[in-house]
Amino acid sequence: MGKSLRVAYGEALVELGKKNENIVVLDADLANATMTCNFRDAYPDRFFDFGIAEGNMVCAAAGMAHSGLTPFVSTFALFGAGRAYEEIRNSVAYVHANVKFAFSHSGLSVGEDGGSHQSFEDIALMRELPGMTILVPCDPLETEKAVMAAAQIDGPVYIRVARPVCEDITTADTPFVPGKANVMKEGNDVCIMTMGLMVPIAMKAAAMLEAEGISAAVLNHHTVKPIDEACILEMNQRVKGIVTVEEHSIIGGLGSAVAEVLAGKAGAKFSRIGIEDRFGQSGTPDALFAEYGLTAEHIVEECKKLM
Amino acid sequence: MNYEEKAKQLRADILKSLYECQSGHPGGSLSCVEILMALYYNVMKVDPKNPKMEDRDRFVLSKGHACPTLYAVLADLGFFPREDLMNLRKLHCHLQGHPDMNKTPGVDSNTGSLGQGISVAVGMAMAAKYKKEKYGVYTLIGDGESQEGIVWEAAMSAAHYKLDNLTVLLDYNGLQIDGANDDVMSIGDIVGKFKAFGFECLEVDGHDIDAITEAIKKPVTGKPKFICCKTVKGKGISYMENVFGWHGKPMNKEQFETAMKELGVN
Repeated sequence: MGKSLRVAYGEALVELGKKNENIVVLDADLANATMTCNFRDAYPDRFFDFGIAEGNMVCAAAGMAHSGLTPFVSTFALFGAGRAYEEIRNSVAYVHANVKFAFSHSGLSVGEDGGSHQSFEDIALMRELPGMTILVPCDPLETEKAVMAAAQIDGPVYIRVARPVCEDITTADTPFVPGKANVMKEGNDVCIMTMGLMVPIAMKAAAMLEAEGISAAVLNHHTVKPIDEACILEMNQRVKGIVTVEEHSIIGGLGSAVAEVLAGKAGAKFSRIGIEDRFGQSGTPDALFAEYGLTAEHIVEECKKLM
Repeated sequence: MNYEEKAKQLRADILKSLYECQSGHPGGSLSCVEILMALYYNVMKVDPKNPKMEDRDRFVLSKGHACPTLYAVLADLGFFPREDLMNLRKLHCHLQGHPDMNKTPGVDSNTGSLGQGISVAVGMAMAAKYKKEKYGVYTLIGDGESQEGIVWEAAMSAAHYKLDNLTVLLDYNGLQIDGANDDVMSIGDIVGKFKAFGFECLEVDGHDIDAITEAIKKPVTGKPKFICCKTVKGKGISYMENVFGWHGKPMNKEQFETAMKELGVN
């Protein structure tokens, strides 16, 4: 039985709160969607609803961090990373305040709500900020680990939480070290570098490639910042082609992060799959993933081009 | 303390530091001198030897561009050497163009992007309530700053969470960069607005230190406090008073010398 990453997030917060009284949780009238409602019900004296006012929530979180608390701040990705960008930039990141952002409903998988709610730019915005750690969990187990890891990091962290229900593809024993990519599958011909909900789709693509005799590695970049440069450079020497795959704009996201590492380096051919400088629209997540090319078939096709 | 002498000394320090770097914001720095004096000399519990003291009172200069005044007061109290003021806004000096809590001892929050400071102060007051700490949180906003929507988001949350440990002071000099508030974007009945948002509201002469002190000390329970301090932009320097052009303009040598003469400083 799978569960959504936001449900895993809500449960992890309660666990974290049990161990540490300095953990406080802030939301902007979306507690029942981001699942911070679990924490609200468990610890009502340290859950704070700010109403529909994201900028104030972010700055107030900074004030709480300056007072020794560790705030986890939740809303939808577009209204956190987007609308409250400058508050995050100046009141949190610039100060290196110990505030954790866990923004849900990121990417295309928001589905029917449409383009106004589909955030393809949140990673780009957060990646620009010096000192910001960016974690993109791929399944419920990894979401829980990301929450625990974020609490241990001194400084701002952004956890990108997707909405759909999904199965665990990692196990309790799978390591989660921020900054260290996980090799989900070894391979020597091509390497698919991905994160979040695209990890299982990349795994499917890798299996399809194997069936055609192409050995494909899959890297799970659960940490987009700091990106695992060593791992990328090692793959660049090993395989003929690298393809990044992300449920985010190809401008500024994982593909850009990998491109920045590979710039000026000889080695594998390189290509990026992501949302191609377009806004979103309404549709079921599956229909949207097909429309925007986030499919195993597209990954296979792109990998073959680099062979 | 001889308020008048101290205020002159602080104004001279502010203008010397601004003249030295040939940038910065004299008008709004001079208008809030007495407000910061009331806070730091009469009300707040702070320790220059231990700037991060846990139970200190907190001050957030939401109108961060007036930091030359905060720096002059902090230097006067001994948080750092007074000579540092002459390196304001210079490369590698801890005195940044807008306050930086990680660089300057005694600064409790970064500010400068208008509206965010009052919101940070709300968070500090909420944290104090949750942790059952007794310290007070004070923040100074500008009148032009009140045009930022986040000020009202912060005001709404301060009342909602009954933050009677929070005092919002307004430096109401009536002028902003492009002119008078009423010409740029009228802030209307600002006291009535804060009252409607659920604040206990007081109005004082923003250059009367005793009146400001009394207003700050007036006990209020169950709601945040708002003190409208009526001030004069550029206060203390004849050619700057009530002239909006002095919001952010450097003095030339002659203007600087005139200012020093008016303050009785050589």
